[in-house]
Amino acid sequence: MDFFLSRYRHLTVLLIVITAQLVLIAYQVKSNNDIPLIRVWAVTAVTPVEQGLEIVRRYTWGFVEDYFVLLGVRGENEKLKRENGQLKIENNYLKAELSTADRARALSVFQAHSPSKTVAARVIGNGTGADSKVVFVDRGSTSGVESGMAVVTPDGIVGKVVEAYPTASLVMLITDPTFAAGVVSQKNHVHGTLKGQGHAECLVDYVQNEEHVDTGEWFYTSGDDRIFPKGFPVGQVTAAPNGKNFKEIYVSPSGMQGGVEEVLIILQGVHQEIPEAQAPAPGYALLPPPPAPPGQNAAAGTDSTLMTDADRLRAIYKEVGAEQKHTYGEGPPGSKPPDFTKIPPIHGAPPAAPAQAASAPGVPASKPAPQPPASPAKIATPKAPTATGAPKPNPAPSDTDDTTVDAPAPKIVSLPASRPSTAVATPNQ
Amino acid sequence: MTEYTEHILSDAPRRQDASRLRFLWLIIVPLVAVLSQVYVPRFVPFLSYLELPLLITVHFALASSGPIPALFYGASIGLVQDSLSHQPIGMYGIVKTLVGYFAAQVSMRFDVQNPFVTFILAFFFFFFHQFFYWVLSRALLGEVLTFDTQQTLIFGLLNAAVALPLFRVLDKLGVAN
Repeated sequence: MDFFLSRYRHLTVLLIVITAQLVLIAYQVKSNNDIPLIRVWAVTAVTPVEQGLEIVRRYTWGFVEDYFVLLGVRGENEKLKRENGQLKIENNYLKAELSTADRARALSVFQAHSPSKTVAARVIGNGTGADSKVVFVDRGSTSGVESGMAVVTPDGIVGKVVEAYPTASLVMLITDPTFAAGVVSQKNHVHGTLKGQGHAECLVDYVQNEEHVDTGEWFYTSGDDRIFPKGFPVGQVTAAPNGKNFKEIYVSPSGMQGGVEEVLIILQGVHQEIPEAQAPAPGYALLPPPPAPPGQNAAAGTDSTLMTDADRLRAIYKEVGAEQKHTYGEGPPGSKPPDFTKIPPIHGAPPAAPAQAASAPGVPASKPAPQPPASPAKIATPKAPTATGAPKPNPAPSDTDDTTVDAPAPKIVSLPASRPSTAVATPNQ
Repeated sequence: MTEYTEHILSDAPRRQDASRLRFLWLIIVPLVAVLSQVYVPRFVPFLSYLELPLLITVHFALASSGPIPALFYGASIGLVQDSLSHQPIGMYGIVKTLVGYFAAQVSMRFDVQNPFVTFILAFFFFFFHQFFYWVLSRALLGEVLTFDTQQTLIFGLLNAAVALPLFRVLDKLGVAN
């Protein structure tokens, strides 16, 4: 044994060590237990060193890293500052361009919708004089501009042309102390004379103290001055106290809000209606009326809300007679009556039988049960002008530059659907 | 008192200091190797292939006077590695015990100071270490692991390349003398 141990001492030790570790592994695997003691020792020995290394790394390499990072920060900061300045300039430029584009678009739309013939112009300079309120625009007599023509924007009147040169015109603004124009209030149609005051607000003069003008009320051009067509907005009343002889009505001009840059010179003015004042808000929200059910507005040309079926049927027969050039009550006995076989139904029902329809004009044959959708009615009444004094037939907007637009004739406006008829049963139903 | 005895008496404390320093290196170097294995790959992931504890074991075994200290040294380093791993304690211990033993046996038969031999031995023992660990994992733990021979060979070459300068540094430190 001694010989064996001395002869194979190394191998024996190796086997012992290997066997010991194998037993250790076998124990762990068999019992599914760990040897916490060894692990705790190892981890306790290693982790403090690791923490120390981490601290050293953080305060050495991390510091060096931060230093190299910060080296470029100053240059980068300068670069970003320069870029920021350039971007600010670019942003301001783009904002100005956008604002100009918006104004140009609004002008273009207004020009296209306005019944008056206009030419677009751009303000290119101010007149001399400390308190003069005149500007030069880039349209002159070669563009058809003449002295005395009105100058407006979509928001309201701006002034009038006082001198027309070949390539430019001098426009007196409504804020000029020598400016005057006839105006009328929206609600009570109180007439007065708009006068410039040399500052932002204008005065409406020659309005009796007894007249009623509210603050916030709109004034429109009255057309009395023969310069401004009737119906163009002038501005809102900011104050209307009684004066010695007349009311002192101060108006904030709506056409000059935010400065004047692009304007329209009215070459041929067309008077427009002054829009009706809106009813005061009731203090609570009101929904719009519900859409009409299909086939409810067969009676063309009239408001079906206030009509009975008999009225509608009468209108239908009248229309059919007009289409066939037949005048009721004029045909001699025995003459050919109009063809009533193709009359449209009152509520969108199929056409009535010829016998029934012909037998009793003015009396509905039967109440139609199914109601297929009817085509929308056409109302042959021109639409009232809007607050900007322009009807809205929705043509495509045109370019503002160097274009003149002829005043369109009042058009027949197609409404999408009329309001639903009343649910009151009539004797004819 | 003769000159010889004076010489011995004056050199004795220096030798004791050197011996104490070597002992410290014997503890610090493997600890640093294990630490570097668990710490460095956090920041330099590709260095996870570096098996520094194995190289330390091989160096100690090649430079040691006999297989028994080498196998104990390998076993100790392996057990420390095991205790920081998720595997049962003893897997790396067994493998590194065998590496230490065989490296010490080789050093008694070959001139291991030759860099080429050192390179070959480092490469061989890395491959042996990985392969034997794989065998043990399959045999003892029943783990179905795949042994990527090509990757192991490449990593073996890289570890052998690292071993050459590392062994020189360790020789300078006098870790295994």
